[in-house]
Amino acid sequence: MIIKRAPDIRPSEITDESLYLRRREFMKTAAVPAVAALAGLAPAPTFAQAALPNVRKGVVTLDEAWTPWEDVTTYNNFYEFGMDKGDPARNAKQFRTKPWTVKIDGLVNKPGDYQLEDLVAPHALEERVYRLRCVEAWSMVVPWVGFPLRDLIKRVEPQGSAKFVEFATLHDPRQMPGQRVGVLDWPYVEGLRLDEAMHPLTILASGLYGKALPNQNGAPLRLVVPWKYGFKSIKSIVRIRFTAKQPVSSWQASAPQEYGFYSNVNPDVDHPRWSQARERRIGEFFKRKTLMFNGYADQVAGLYAGMDLKKFY
Amino acid sequence: MRGARLLKPFIFTLSVGPLAYLALGALRETLGANPIEAITRSTGIWTLRFMLVTLAVTPARWLSGWNDLARARRMLGLFAFFYGSLHLVTYVWLDQFFDWAAIVKDVAKRPFITAGFSAYLLLVPLAVTSTAGMIRRLGGRRWRRLHRLAYASAAIGIVHYWWLVKLDTRPPRNYALLLAALLLARVWMFWKRRKSGARASSGALVC
Repeated sequence: MIIKRAPDIRPSEITDESLYLRRREFMKTAAVPAVAALAGLAPAPTFAQAALPNVRKGVVTLDEAWTPWEDVTTYNNFYEFGMDKGDPARNAKQFRTKPWTVKIDGLVNKPGDYQLEDLVAPHALEERVYRLRCVEAWSMVVPWVGFPLRDLIKRVEPQGSAKFVEFATLHDPRQMPGQRVGVLDWPYVEGLRLDEAMHPLTILASGLYGKALPNQNGAPLRLVVPWKYGFKSIKSIVRIRFTAKQPVSSWQASAPQEYGFYSNVNPDVDHPRWSQARERRIGEFFKRKTLMFNGYADQVAGLYAGMDLKKFY
Repeated sequence: MRGARLLKPFIFTLSVGPLAYLALGALRETLGANPIEAITRSTGIWTLRFMLVTLAVTPARWLSGWNDLARARRMLGLFAFFYGSLHLVTYVWLDQFFDWAAIVKDVAKRPFITAGFSAYLLLVPLAVTSTAGMIRRLGGRRWRRLHRLAYASAAIGIVHYWWLVKLDTRPPRNYALLLAALLLARVWMFWKRRKSGARASSGALVC
């Protein structure tokens, strides 16, 4: 399948990173002294992430401004580290992502406990700029670094009877304080149909902005499925299982009338409690119209041909 | 009493705190990646908190015997209305940007918005009749009856909160328990007074 490419962002439009990183200094020096006295209210600086080597730039681009690193890494839904958007950045600092093992099992010819390095090493890392649309009606543009999930799936050779892929997040309440609260049935589980998992847009990401994935964004390895609501893109993956039966995701189990298995971004199918017709792009004042399949309809609509998307929400 | 004279300025200063914090945060861009959401949440939660603090004044007076507390009640109630108004303005202006068609649809179609809007509407007559002149014109008894709408408004406000949370219902549950305690305190006082027969006028009992 051909991935359509939107025109590139012109280099002249990109703020120099060093300049960008100093913008808060500017804000601070510009502020009046009385305000400066309240500096205790300022957010903690985020820690520098190691740059990932050998990333193929611009594999998938997007003609929309990237959401700033600061916002991408401080505004997160990752309930394992707390319910508030700012909690993951605060509570995931000490999260240990080394060593990391991913269990691959189920209907597959090459099951096993794979060390993260062995899992990722054979794949060339690519920069792919995707829209991220949260079910809460906000969105971002994130330059992910990762590789197509399909390449990994081909490597482990699913059997003919495998129709679905089920993913699970690490379950470790000692490290993940949010798991000490029973808001969801831990561990977090997500699933895709095998053809969705094999779609060239579906990736496993290990970085963003050219750097290793910050813990609050789902380090060391997460799923990114850009045409589905954000919660489908499961974080900190420790298990990938191939099944014949459709998995039940954590959100489905928690509120089946509100969250379906597919959870494709769809402006015409509202959440029972709020509209999905529009979204607020982080950093923008006016809401924008939500696009069918989050703007990826050309590439993915065929996966759902003939399906009633109001029924299979 | 000196303490009583300082009570109102003291409470007023504390009550503008949440607004000052938001204004400063907006100026300094420390409200996070989604400032509109942060402002909506903060003004909403402070509306509810001021409602509950207002409803706590009377039980607190009974418990402490410090009747001067009642002087602050109107101001606290008006702050609830003030933060509720900010909450509504945030929704209409910052969130929807005066998209009236979308707003009308939201209010009609989204139960949590219907609830929030109703809770606010119930506060309007209370704010309007909060002046000494209006109390005189209505008469104490009728005024007190009217102002029992505050119980309904608080309850519906909590329902509004409960229906909007995605997953974690613990915070709205805690507010609901608090409101239940404040209302039960009134029921308890009602029975106590009826038993002792101390007050013949039932109008005075739940204020």
